Amino acid sequence: MLGFLKNPVVVTAEINVNLVVLTVMGLISRLWGLSYPRAVVFDEVYYGQFVSLYMKRIFFVDDSGPPFGHMLLALGGYLGGFDGNFLWNRIGAEYSMNVPVWSLRLLPALAGALCIPLAYQILVELQFSHCAALGGALLILLENSLITQSRFMLLESILIFFILLAVLSYLKFYNLQRHSSFSASWWVWLLLTGVACSCAVGVKYMGLFTYMLLLAIAGLHFWHMLGNQNLSNVSLLCHFLARGLALIIIPMAMYLSFFYVHLTLLYRSGPHDQIMTSAFQASLEGGLARITQGQPLEVAYGSQITLRNVLGKPMQCWLHSHTNTYPIRYENGRGSSHQQQVTCYPFKDVNNWWIVKDPGMQQLVVSNPPRPVRHGHIVQLVHGITTRYLNTHDVAAPLSPHSQEVSCYIDYNVSMPAQNLWRVEIVNRESDTDVWKTILSEVRFVHVNTSAVLKLSGASLPEWGYRQLEVVGEKLSKGYHQSMVWNVEEHRYGKSQEQKEREVELHSPTQMDISKNLSFMAKFTELQWKMLTLKNEDTEHKYSSSALDWITMDTNIAYWLHPTSGAQIHLLGNALTWASANVAAVVYVCLSLWYLVRRRRKIYDIPEDAWQLWVLAGEICVGGWAVNYLPFFLMEKTLFLYHYLPALTFQILLIPIVLQHLSNYLCRSLLPKTMFRALIVAWFSSVYLVYSTFSPVTYGEPSLSVAELKDLRWKDSWNILIRKQ
Amino acid sequence: MPPPGGGRAGQGPLRSRGSRRPPGPPPPPRAASPSPASLAARPPAGPAGSRSVLALVTLLSFASRFHRLPEPPHVCWDETHFGKMGSYYINRTFFFDVHPPLGKMLIGLAGYLSGYDGTFPFQKPGDRYEQHNYMGMRGFCAFLGSCLVPFAYLTVLELSKSLPAALLTACILIFDTGCITLSQYILLDPILMFFLMGAVLSMVKCNACADRPFSASWWFWLSLTGVNLAGAMGVKFVGLFVVLFVGLNTICDLWDLLGNLSLSLVMFGKHLLARVLCLILLPLALYTTMFAVHFTVLNKSGPGDGFFSSAFQSQLIGNNLHNVSVPEHLAYGSVITMKNLRMAGGYLHSHWHLYPEGVGARQQQVTAYLHKDLNNLWIIKKHDSDTDLSDPSSPVEFVSHGDIIRLEHKETSRNLHSHQHEAPLTRKHFQVTGYGINGTGDSNDFWRIEVVGRKPGKLIKVLRSQVRLTHVATGCLLGSSGKTLPKWGWEQVEVTCTPYLKDTPNSLWNFEDHINPKLPNISLDVLKPSFAEILLESHMVMIRGNSGLKPKDNEVTSKPWHWPINYQGLRFSGVNETDYRVYLLGNPVVWWLNLFTIGLYLLTAVSTAVALKRGVQLSSELKELSRVVLHGGGQIALGWLLHYLPFFMMGRVLYFHHYFPAMLFSSMLTGITWDTLLKFFAGFLSPSTAARRVYGGGILALVLLIMYSFYLFHPLSYGMIGPMASDPSSPMAGLRWMDSWEF
Repeated sequence: MLGFLKNPVVVTAEINVNLVVLTVMGLISRLWGLSYPRAVVFDEVYYGQFVSLYMKRIFFVDDSGPPFGHMLLALGGYLGGFDGNFLWNRIGAEYSMNVPVWSLRLLPALAGALCIPLAYQILVELQFSHCAALGGALLILLENSLITQSRFMLLESILIFFILLAVLSYLKFYNLQRHSSFSASWWVWLLLTGVACSCAVGVKYMGLFTYMLLLAIAGLHFWHMLGNQNLSNVSLLCHFLARGLALIIIPMAMYLSFFYVHLTLLYRSGPHDQIMTSAFQASLEGGLARITQGQPLEVAYGSQITLRNVLGKPMQCWLHSHTNTYPIRYENGRGSSHQQQVTCYPFKDVNNWWIVKDPGMQQLVVSNPPRPVRHGHIVQLVHGITTRYLNTHDVAAPLSPHSQEVSCYIDYNVSMPAQNLWRVEIVNRESDTDVWKTILSEVRFVHVNTSAVLKLSGASLPEWGYRQLEVVGEKLSKGYHQSMVWNVEEHRYGKSQEQKEREVELHSPTQMDISKNLSFMAKFTELQWKMLTLKNEDTEHKYSSSALDWITMDTNIAYWLHPTSGAQIHLLGNALTWASANVAAVVYVCLSLWYLVRRRRKIYDIPEDAWQLWVLAGEICVGGWAVNYLPFFLMEKTLFLYHYLPALTFQILLIPIVLQHLSNYLCRSLLPKTMFRALIVAWFSSVYLVYSTFSPVTYGEPSLSVAELKDLRWKDSWNILIRKQ
Repeated sequence: MPPPGGGRAGQGPLRSRGSRRPPGPPPPPRAASPSPASLAARPPAGPAGSRSVLALVTLLSFASRFHRLPEPPHVCWDETHFGKMGSYYINRTFFFDVHPPLGKMLIGLAGYLSGYDGTFPFQKPGDRYEQHNYMGMRGFCAFLGSCLVPFAYLTVLELSKSLPAALLTACILIFDTGCITLSQYILLDPILMFFLMGAVLSMVKCNACADRPFSASWWFWLSLTGVNLAGAMGVKFVGLFVVLFVGLNTICDLWDLLGNLSLSLVMFGKHLLARVLCLILLPLALYTTMFAVHFTVLNKSGPGDGFFSSAFQSQLIGNNLHNVSVPEHLAYGSVITMKNLRMAGGYLHSHWHLYPEGVGARQQQVTAYLHKDLNNLWIIKKHDSDTDLSDPSSPVEFVSHGDIIRLEHKETSRNLHSHQHEAPLTRKHFQVTGYGINGTGDSNDFWRIEVVGRKPGKLIKVLRSQVRLTHVATGCLLGSSGKTLPKWGWEQVEVTCTPYLKDTPNSLWNFEDHINPKLPNISLDVLKPSFAEILLESHMVMIRGNSGLKPKDNEVTSKPWHWPINYQGLRFSGVNETDYRVYLLGNPVVWWLNLFTIGLYLLTAVSTAVALKRGVQLSSELKELSRVVLHGGGQIALGWLLHYLPFFMMGRVLYFHHYFPAMLFSSMLTGITWDTLLKFFAGFLSPSTAARRVYGGGILALVLLIMYSFYLFHPLSYGMIGPMASDPSSPMAGLRWMDSWEF
């Protein structure tokens, strides 16, 4: 019964002191004096505004990346009790007391600190010695650029953390693969790989590069498994499905869930609403939803509507007309029809109201029961305030002479008959008898006589058109483009037959009560699409750089400057580490090519298992560097030095790998080995020396004198800020 | 450059080899194996059969391309560019184009030989040719376009060793309306595709000679590959993809040779050298030669001058820089013009008009102007003294690197000035104005003049020195943003002072005109750029021109994913019902078959590769089939990818016809895949006759399907008159299968 008492209860714990020490050192280096400076540093000004919006639950669109990273930053703010009240307008602005600086910066700093033990374990899992692993981790620890980037409210350190976590989990999984497939820990590491990958992608799209690399490596390893005749087809299928589930299905689901949380958190309408469709806007609290709540769903003959262009570029606008006419002659001498102007107007206005009219009937009110308009029906559009008909004819448009002018028809008795019949084509219809629906339906208006399509040309009219946007009839319509598609935004059934009453009615707000809910998937697709296609004007930035400058660190970024003293923070790397990492990469590639060619001629310089390790290390480190760096040459956006940091991390991991390989296989006898070790020690101390030299501009303390700052300017291209005396 | 019939001339060795050396493992005896898959391994027809099929295919190809070639007798689509450029060669007028010169030179040559005199202006699509002889140029393009079919036929025959596969491919290409239309006009595409397919064919042929390296035919095909590569690169830069294709193939080839231990390293070195010689040095030499010819032929000033540097322009007869002599070094008191170094950058310009209300300070406008004008003249003055330097007695003082100067506008006597007001269009830059009266201004008129890559104290040379002007007070750089000012600025180009201190062509200038009576003139011939410099400059200009072709906002452009699904065509000629309309659109049956086959191929290749990897035992026939799928099909699939995927990453404006090189590969893949699959499925039916029937019937059905669809869609290429297809009364009414087609 009590047999278990015969033996003492023993808990054996194995603690890798290396790891503990590294973690502690990492925490010290990243967390020390974290809330200094108490001012907005560099891109905090950018991410901060989103944190504030999260705190206030206001919807926003940011095209720089998926929402997971932003949400993590916001989590810091939430834990610190941030209320979101801070005006993020200027780098260097002092934080007010309500901003919990420490907790806002905590998460990135923790992520940055944890990268160090992760690097150690990755090297161990790559079967390199603990000594090499320790060296690699120390290099990461002493890398000034990684420290700077971790200590502020920025996303790169979080991204690097997830990338390294994904790599480590895959390596653990791969090493378990040989003896214990489908064991619990096998599953844990496999699933963790997928989860970490999706988190990396969720923080920044850049994470996609590492995800793809891991997928490719997993594919390659699976391909090798296929050749293993000991495995049955069934077990191979299981392996395949397990990988598919963990590396594809789960990341996708995670990615969707980030957006789900994002959209659940942000339910209030805000400043970025206008680039979304009306349906999306209506799903947010406040804003458009307040107006459109309770509108009738089906557009009927006699409906009063406002028509919004779906494109939303260069700005959202509504089909508009006013009593002014087109000038008889334009400045360039071309003539016009001199009829009433039709434009697209970026503000809500009573002149944006149009009435849908049945060409066969005179009445402008909705009959009882309402007769809905369907796809393919022919309608006339009557401008509510002026009661003129939307018209187009074979007259060149004011700014786009290849298209037709669109006007509200005035009969001048000059043998220019009205051509005011439009066919309604619902673009996103499900069947050909679909009813035209408020907000949901995207419609094209095809002119019956000339088959021109009502289109927003994107140009803005000169003074005579009050700089409103030009609307034209596009004759050579080449397929689908959003500038030709319109949707009904505000809608009500017209009741008043008389013009006077109608004007009153048009001025009164619409108000009824049913709400329109968009499904999550519809919202997700729209938001994702908008984020990917949102084009920011190509911005020039003082500290932007080209990808080629990064390898040699020819550029830096000034993050912050003390308002009075010379204390400043720069994104500047440890120059010695960067140079050594480049040398390591070159040595690795040259040695690999040499081995590869020699192996092809059946000459084996190193044992087979050492070769396998060497290749795997290269796939991860050189591959990781290449996929995180080379794509930037194809990108046209504004690039900064910090985009290089993930690639740099992989490159640094390569240094201990190459060093250990060199000492194992190239320094055979004792004397060179000792010399080699001495060299490494000397080199490590100089890395530390460089680190401590640059630490004043890494931490922003202590403040340096002008002469000291000038001494730090190792390269002419570095931009160290020196105050004029 | 090979003779246009180069590929055809090479049929001799193929035929003799085909009969001498059956491919792969020795074919099983005909009667012994009942397995119909043995069809695969056996050459299906003798050399005579293959030869007559080739003749038939070639005949059909020429017939289809030359049918109604003169129609329509007016300028169609891009003929307006390439025809015009052909004329420029005949007239020897310098012009600029984003593509390398070979294609247009050939068009010009064809026109010249056929008696076209280069006088037709090619102003806009729709212009009638009247009495001008345009048939030579069209005929030349059609001839090259017709050669694609026999080339594809021979390539597939070589890769699959199967006559039906080759026949199927040829059928697809003969009866594709898109290929026909694209070959019938004066365009670069038939020329490009000719060289491209020529390179692929000669590469495949050369691979087939691998067992007899360094033989005469091996050398012939290897060097022909090089020649074709140079040709493809010389027509359009997309030729780079086929260079990549051949390069990858060569690397694999060399890798195999390296693994062959029976081959000594010396022999391997020979192999390597032969390829370097034929595939790198030979094409480079040819490519350089065509540029040499290009610059020799075009020696008269023309519309392309402005894209090139001043030094280059001085070489063109008729340009105002030709045979001029100017003082070499810049001195105080010189009257000069400054040209911005960005492509098609203008001259620094000012005029009596002020910036309008609300646009920065209300001072005199400074702009960049593309044309020569008196208002482009500026006088260099010292910043601290205003002595009259034109006095002939005063000593000459040269301007040197690092000096602080003042630039006075000659016509209005205002100084070049900048201050911290935002520029009119580029809001982050500072405004540049003309300021002061009769040369008296303030310290915001001081500029430091610096030469790129020069030490302080050196003099500044006309034309050759690249100069930047730094505003002394704010530290910004004088530059041209390239944006066009609105009406108030006479649609000239904006000039700003940029605070971002980077040396881009936007902020660099050179001095072009230079008038100073006190200095001795030198002839500009000393500035004559070397050929290497000209070559480099023209490439820079072409690359920048290409990346400058960006789609405008709100413009409907063709997207790469539209192409394989034949989503939308291009209108070559005619808009209205009464016009003679030609619409570039692939035969939808063919294109959708191609698209479907790509998926099918992927499936086949993956399952074959997995089966092989799992060590499934295959009969020798199946082994041969799997080799065709993985090796032959793999090569072609790689070609398709290389000619299609890069377009997804391109920022420039794309058009439907960019897909046609990839479409050639896709068609070859279709031929190979269907042939292999039909053989494979026929292999499951044991009696030999049934198998033959299935196999033959399958191929026949496909060919008939393609022919019938061509019968339906042939008006797309050969012209339609009458109501539009959207009109139910049109004969094409039922054929508008997609809403996006507009014929």
